[in-house]
Amino acid sequence: MLKYLEGSHGVSQVVAMCRPNVISAYPITPQTHIVEDLARLVGEGELEAEFINVESEFSAASVVLGASAAGARAYTTTTSQGLLLMNEVIYCIAGMRLPIVLTCANRAISAPLNIWNDHQDSMTVRDAGWIQLHAEDNQEAADLHMQAFKIAEQTFLPVMVCMDGFILTHAFEPVDIPEQKEVDAFLPPFKPQNIVDPRWPRGIGLYADPRFYMEVRYILHRALEKSEKVIKQVSAEFAKAFGRESGGLLKTYKIEDADLVIITMGSVAGTIKDLIDQLEDEGKKVGLLQICSYRPFPRKEVYRVLKDKTNLLVIEKSISLGRGGILGSDVRWSFPRTEKKDRKISCFVSGLGGRNISISDLRYAVARVEKEPVELEFLGLNPEIIAKRDM
Amino acid sequence: MIEIRIHGRGGQGNVAAAELLANAAFRDGKFAQAFPSFGAERVGAPVQAFVRIDDKKIRTREEVREPDYLIVQDQYLMDTVPVLEGLKEGGLVLVNAEKRPEELQIKAQARVETIPATEIALEIVGRPIPNAIMIGAFCSITGLVSLDAVQEAIMEKFPGKVGENNVAALERAHEIIQKRRE
Repeated sequence: MLKYLEGSHGVSQVVAMCRPNVISAYPITPQTHIVEDLARLVGEGELEAEFINVESEFSAASVVLGASAAGARAYTTTTSQGLLLMNEVIYCIAGMRLPIVLTCANRAISAPLNIWNDHQDSMTVRDAGWIQLHAEDNQEAADLHMQAFKIAEQTFLPVMVCMDGFILTHAFEPVDIPEQKEVDAFLPPFKPQNIVDPRWPRGIGLYADPRFYMEVRYILHRALEKSEKVIKQVSAEFAKAFGRESGGLLKTYKIEDADLVIITMGSVAGTIKDLIDQLEDEGKKVGLLQICSYRPFPRKEVYRVLKDKTNLLVIEKSISLGRGGILGSDVRWSFPRTEKKDRKISCFVSGLGGRNISISDLRYAVARVEKEPVELEFLGLNPEIIAKRDM
Repeated sequence: MIEIRIHGRGGQGNVAAAELLANAAFRDGKFAQAFPSFGAERVGAPVQAFVRIDDKKIRTREEVREPDYLIVQDQYLMDTVPVLEGLKEGGLVLVNAEKRPEELQIKAQARVETIPATEIALEIVGRPIPNAIMIGAFCSITGLVSLDAVQEAIMEKFPGKVGENNVAALERAHEIIQKRRE
C-alpha cells in the first residue's frame, strides 16, 4: 500500500516485517528514527523480537554477532562514528560468515564533527567482507532490506544497506509498504547453520594459524564474488513478487547512445537523472551507470556496460585521502589492463559532509569533462575558505 | 514541478510544516517530497525545510534554491538570513507578521502576503507555534493543496486535542484570508 512517510520509517516498518529475532542498536543521528521506531514496535508488542539495549555501537555489533551465531535473525543499524566504533566486530561478523543485516544511514566522519551525509563511513569498511547495497530513494531503501535478509541467509554473508543520511532518512515521500503476507512469501524463515549451542560446545572464528588463515580469507573473497549471482537473482525474484525493480548489481539510465556516462551511487542518482533529461532536451547524450552493489563490486558487469564508452565521469561522496576518489579507483580497475582503448575517466568528489549537490554543480562537471579529463576535483569548493588555510 | 522553501527557527515546527504540506499534496493525489536542512539542531537557530509537488515521480534531491513559494515563519529572520535568495519572479512570499505586506518593505519581484500566525497560535493552540496557521494561509492563498487534505494530515500526525487545536488554527487562517478577498 502506498504510504507517505519518512524514509527511516519505511525502513523500520519493512525491517519489522522481516521478523528479526534480535535487534540491538545504539541511537545516532541520522539513524535515530529507525531504531526509535523499531524499539516502539517491540515495546508496544507489535513486533515479537528481543530488543537489546546497549551502551555503545561496539556492544550493539557484539550483541547481533552473538545472536546470529546462536541462530537468530539479527539486525542492527548505525552510521558514521558508530560504524567506526563497530569496526573490529564488523570484520569478525564477516569472517564468521554471520548473515546479519545492518542499515548504514550514511554520514560523514569526524573531525571536524559533521552529522550530514556522505559515503565515507561505509567506505571505511568496504574491505571487511560485507555485501554493501546502496539505495537511490526511500522505496529502494525499504525494498533492499527484504532482499538483504534473503541474500545474507543464502550466502552466509552480512549485508549492509546504505541509505543517504538526512537526504533519504529524513525525507518524506510515498513508499509502497508491503503486506506482512507478501514479505513472508518472499522471505522464508531463517535456517541457520553451524550455530553455537551449549549442547554441542564449539567455537567459531577462533584461530587460524599461517597454515590456514590465507585459505579462509580466499574463501571469503570468493564468497563475495559468487554472491553477485545471488544479488541479481534475489532482485529478479523481488521484481516478480512486487512488480518493481529494486536492487541488483547496477542500473543504467539512457546509456545506449550516450557520449558521456556518469557513474555514481546513492540518492544523487535521482538528481543526475533530472540533469540527463535536461541535457537531452539541449541535444546532449549523457547516460548514467548507477552502482547498487558496491561490494561485491560488479566489475565484469561494469565493463560489459561501459566497454564502448570512452568518456566517463565518476561522481562520488568519499575520498581516500592522499590518493583520490575511491569509487573512481574501482571503476578504473574494471577495465582489462590489456585493453587498448583510449578511455578518459574523470572523478569529482562531491557532497562531502552534506554539501548540497545541485544540478548546476553537476552541469559544470559535465561541461568540464566534455573538454578534458579531470583526474580529481572537489565539486563546489569555496576558494575563500581554502585561501586562509591551504599553505 | 512546484518548489516551496520554508524558513523558520528551531522550535517553530518548520520540518513538520513541510511534512504536512507534502503529505496533504500526496492525499490530493500528487507526488510530493519534503525534507529538512538541519543546521545546529537547537531552539531558535535558523532552519530551512523544503517541499516539492509534482504530477510525476520526484527524483531530484538537491536543496530548493529557486523556490516558487517562500513561507517565512519568523519575519526577523529576513534581517540576518538571505531568505529571499533565488525566489522566482512572480512567486509568493508568505510572512508570519502582524504588519501589512507593504509595511514590511520586502524587496522582491513577488507577491507578499502576511498573517499574524504567532498571535493566532497563542490564542487557539496555546503555544507560539505558527506552522498550522502558515500552512492554512498558504493553502488558502494558493489553492495548491486542499485544506481538507491538510486537516487529515494534521490529525494523522497529531491525533487528539493537539491536532484539533491546530485544525482550528488552520481554519482561522483560511477565514482571515477569505475575508481579505471580499
